[in-house]
Amino acid sequence: MDAFLHQLLSGLANGGIYASLALALVMIFQATHHINFAQGEQAMFSAYVALTLIQAGLSYWAAFVIALGFAFVSGLAIERILIRRFDGAPVLSVVVVFLGLWFVINSVAGWLFTYNVQAFPTPFPDQLGSRFLSAHEIGMIAMTLMTLALVFVFFRFTPLGLAMRAAAQNPEASRLVGIRVGWMLALGWGLAGAVGAVAAIMAAPIVYIEPNMMAGILLYGFAAALLGGINNPWGAVIGGLLVGIIENIAGAYVVGTELKLSVALVIIVVVLVTRPAGLFGYPVVTRV
Amino acid sequence: MAAAMHTSKYAAPARARWRTAAMVLLLLAAALVPLVVSSFHLLQLTMVVNYAIALLGLNILTGYNGQISLGHGAFYAIGAYATAILLERTGIPYWATIAIAGAICLLVGFLFGLPALRLEGHYLALSTFALAVATPQLLKFRGVEKWTGGVQGTIVPSFAAPFGLPLAWDQWLYLFSLAIAVVLFVVARNLLRGATGTAIIAIRDHPVAAASMGIDVAMVKSLTFGVSAMYTGIAGALSALVTQFVSPDSFSFLLSLSFLVGSVIGGAASISGAVFGALFIEFVPNFADQISKAATAAVYGLFMIGFMVLMPSGVAGFLALVAARVRAWWR
Repeated sequence: MDAFLHQLLSGLANGGIYASLALALVMIFQATHHINFAQGEQAMFSAYVALTLIQAGLSYWAAFVIALGFAFVSGLAIERILIRRFDGAPVLSVVVVFLGLWFVINSVAGWLFTYNVQAFPTPFPDQLGSRFLSAHEIGMIAMTLMTLALVFVFFRFTPLGLAMRAAAQNPEASRLVGIRVGWMLALGWGLAGAVGAVAAIMAAPIVYIEPNMMAGILLYGFAAALLGGINNPWGAVIGGLLVGIIENIAGAYVVGTELKLSVALVIIVVVLVTRPAGLFGYPVVTRV
Repeated sequence: MAAAMHTSKYAAPARARWRTAAMVLLLLAAALVPLVVSSFHLLQLTMVVNYAIALLGLNILTGYNGQISLGHGAFYAIGAYATAILLERTGIPYWATIAIAGAICLLVGFLFGLPALRLEGHYLALSTFALAVATPQLLKFRGVEKWTGGVQGTIVPSFAAPFGLPLAWDQWLYLFSLAIAVVLFVVARNLLRGATGTAIIAIRDHPVAAASMGIDVAMVKSLTFGVSAMYTGIAGALSALVTQFVSPDSFSFLLSLSFLVGSVIGGAASISGAVFGALFIEFVPNFADQISKAATAAVYGLFMIGFMVLMPSGVAGFLALVAARVRAWWR
C-alpha cells in the first residue's frame, strides 16, 4: 500500500509539471488557436539561462526570477517578430513554423550549452521530504499550485487580465473599446513562456538538464491539454495531474517503463475517442 | 470576349498536350540518371522517389481530405517491416512483397481511420502523433522480437536485376521505384480528378454540405485514410529494399514530423508538391550540415521557417501562382 501511495503521489508531482506546460499551451491556444510545438524548447532554453546564472554565482531565486523574465521577453519577441506574420495563414504552415522554431531553439541550445547531461540544483531543503515524497517533489507541487493560483488571480481580478481575455474572445469588439489586441496576444505569449519556464526549471532536477529534456514532457503536456479539453484552463490542469498519475501507475504496475509512454498515449486516445472534446472541454460549434 | 472564349476553349487541350510531352521527357531523363551518377547519389535519388510516394499518400489525406496526420512514419515502418519479414520467412519474390505490404497498410490505415472519424484537427494530430511515438517502442517490444529482430533490426537481402538486364541491384531498384511511383502518381491524379476526388475534397471544405449531397462521409474518410496509408506503406517497403536493413530507431517520430514538413513545404493540396517536398527532406538536411556543423538543425529549422514565410502555400502553390502571372502577362 505504501508503495502504491508513493507511486500515486510522485505521479501527482510529475503531473504538476505537465499541468503547467499544458496551461501554457492552452493560454496560447485560446488567444490564437494554434498549438505551440516549440513551447517545451522555449522553456528548456530558459532553464539553461537559470543554470548559467547559478553557475556564475547568483543565488537560486535571483536566477529563477531573471530566467522567468527572459522567458517572458523571448516569448513576447517570438510573437511580435515571427508568429504575427502568419495571422490567417493555413494551419499546417503555422505547424511547420513551430516545428522549425523547435529545431532552431533545440540546436542553438546544444551549440551554446553542449549536449552533455547536467545536474540542476533544487532550492528545497532536505528536511521538507517525507516518507512518500522527496523534498523537491513537495516543493514542486507547491510551486505548481502557486503558479496556477497566480495565473488565475491575474486573469480573474486584474484589469490587464480582463483585457487579455477580451482580446482572445472577441478581437473586433475589444479593439472598439480601445484594447490593443496585438499587444495582448504578445503578452499572452510572454506569460505562457514564463509559465512554461517554471515547469522546465522545476522538472530539471528530476530529468536532468539537456537540450532534449522537454520532448517527453511536451508530449505529456500536449496530451494533458487535449485530455482536459483544450479550451478549458482548469481542464488542462486536471488533465496534467491525471496524465502524471496514469503514467506512473501504468509504468510501475502494468507494463514497465519500456512501454510507459505508449500506454499513457493509448489511454488518452481512448478517452478522446469516447469524448472528442476532452473531459472538460466543450465541443466547438460552428455556423454552417 | 468571343475571341477570349475561343482561345480558352482550344488552348486547354493544347496546353495539356504540351504538359504531357514535358512530363514524358522529364521521365525519360530521370530514367537515364543511373547511367551517369555515382551510386551514392543514386541512393539519394531513390530515396527521393520513395519519399515522393510517401508524401503523396500524406497529401491525399492531409491536403485533399483535411485530416492532419503526424504519424505517417508508422505506416512507412509497417510497410518496411512487412517486406523485411516476408523476405526473411517466405519465398515470396520481392516485387510481390511490396504489393502485400501495400495491402496490409491499406487495411491498417482503414481500421485506424475508423476511430479517427471522431477526432478533428488538433485532436487527430495528437492521436496520430501518439502512433508515431509508439512505433519504435512497439517494434522493440519483446513479444514481437521473434519477428522484428528487436532492437537490432533485420537485414533485408538484395537480388539480381531481372530479365538479364546489365544493371546493378541499386540501379535496377531506382528504375523499379520510379516505375511504381509513376503508376501511383497517375492513379492518384485520376482518383483526385474524378468523382471520388471531388467527394474527398468536398468533405475537407464542407462536411455538412458533402453529407447532404449524399456522400457517405464516414466511408470516404476511412477509405482515404486507408489509401493514404497504402501509398506510404509501399514507399516504406521500397525503402527497406533500398537501405537493405530495418531497425526500430529509423522510424522515430522525427520521421513522421519530417513527412509533414515535406508535405507542407512541397504544397499539401497538390500532387506535384510531393516531389518538391521529397527533394526538400532529402537534400536540405545535408545542405544544412554543409553550412554549419555545429548547429545543423538550427539551419534546417531556419530553412523551414524561411520557406513558409516566402511560400505559405508550399512550392507547388508558389509555382502555380508564378505560372498564372506569366500566363496573364503573355496574353
